Amino acid sequence: MMDRLHINWFKYSSPQAFYPLAGHLLPWFAAAATLLIGVGLYLGFFVAPTDFQQGQSYRIIFVHVPAAWMSMFLYVMMAMWAGFGLGLNARLSFMMAQAIAPTGALFTFIALVTGAMWGKPTWGAWWVWDARLTSELILLFLYGGVMLLRASIDDLRRADRASAVFALVGVVNVPIIYFSVRWWNTLHQGASVSMTAAPKMAATMLTAMLIMTLGFWLYSTAVTLGRMRCVILERERRSAWGVHQAHRDVLEVH
Amino acid sequence: MSQPGMLAAVCELIRRDILLAMRRRSDVMTTVLFFVMVASLFPLGIGPEPAVLRMIAPGVLWVGALLSCLLSLGRLFTADYADGVLEQMLLIPQPLSVLVIGKVTAHWLISGLPVVLLSPLLGLQFGLNAEALGVLTLSLLLGTPTLSFIGAIGAALTLGVRGSNVLIALLVLPLFIPVLIFGAGAVTSSASGIGAGAHLSLLGAGLFIALALSPWATAASLRIALE
Repeated sequence: MMDRLHINWFKYSSPQAFYPLAGHLLPWFAAAATLLIGVGLYLGFFVAPTDFQQGQSYRIIFVHVPAAWMSMFLYVMMAMWAGFGLGLNARLSFMMAQAIAPTGALFTFIALVTGAMWGKPTWGAWWVWDARLTSELILLFLYGGVMLLRASIDDLRRADRASAVFALVGVVNVPIIYFSVRWWNTLHQGASVSMTAAPKMAATMLTAMLIMTLGFWLYSTAVTLGRMRCVILERERRSAWGVHQAHRDVLEVH
Repeated sequence: MSQPGMLAAVCELIRRDILLAMRRRSDVMTTVLFFVMVASLFPLGIGPEPAVLRMIAPGVLWVGALLSCLLSLGRLFTADYADGVLEQMLLIPQPLSVLVIGKVTAHWLISGLPVVLLSPLLGLQFGLNAEALGVLTLSLLLGTPTLSFIGAIGAALTLGVRGSNVLIALLVLPLFIPVLIFGAGAVTSSASGIGAGAHLSLLGAGLFIALALSPWATAASLRIALE
């Protein structure tokens, strides 16, 4: 019984084995992401009912909330892979963390920008020093720190491990930041509008939002896989198979 | 030859670092003077309106303390890294994380404590009353060691990295934000009559979390830097 279940989980932990797998999976994730984001946007922009208080302006929620969710989810994923890298000493895990970071930073940025666009018509201000906004801004700084630390260390092994430690330190801080700013703000009774205070959400709205979230997740996976392939080729450029693969996949296309 | 205990090693390390700092007092003075100057710039920039100054004082003094801590963090490990002491610290039998506690304690005594002791004086310049001055000093006393502990992680991660002085600021400042919020919040809430108890308790809790986790992360970062 146990023999039959014996699967070599570590087969794809070698860059050479993961590279083609990522190439095979990428188009599927990309196609599914395009489909779901298309459906989600259609439902959100055309099918979902107009909000009683906010009119049409609330519709940015279908981009804003999924992006904000993804920004936090991707940070935790990045820290998880960084932790695997440190714990198991696996090169591919570090590469995974490296490949996730820019997409996470992108979603954090999108969440901040769409939040500002939503804040202007509803609160009358582009930016409010509210709990959610501040914690999201700090998240952007943490993503920036992880990427900058990696970029400023030339020795690849040290860059991997140092940025992994920082990513893990940051993940400890994320909930602390989140709650601390909320307590601080309630004490100050600042102008805060939170999701929890919003009126009950219509079923179509919730569906559209969940579809968008799934679409963003698929997009993140597709982009991460694509970036993984670049990272692997860049790091394996001196190995025989890396040179061979680069000639096949990159040089011949042009 | 008997092995010195962990506590003895930490005390010796603190003694050594303070001795080194006393031999180069200008380094200590730079940090303290920086704090005083940053705090003095705000009344000049914003204007001498007493009500406004009283309102911004906690935030300004806390940001000043934060920046002066940042200024001195670059020196935390660089000298030991340059002359090879850090590698010897890795080799001695006491755990590195315990030695890190000694290094951070010495750093706080050299650069954090003077800032705490000076803060009531600067608070007076901003027109804070006695109660607010007390809360401010207490919040800095609880908060600045946390800053040193968090900063040590950044200092270890950027050890010997090009552009490390700017990089350390970018890494460490976001992690300082909770301490800043509770620290400045303690003074503000005591002034508004809510009482500073909750904020000070959270600052204390933050100190213990930092004390438990930071030496561990710092030691790991030092090993990465030295391998």
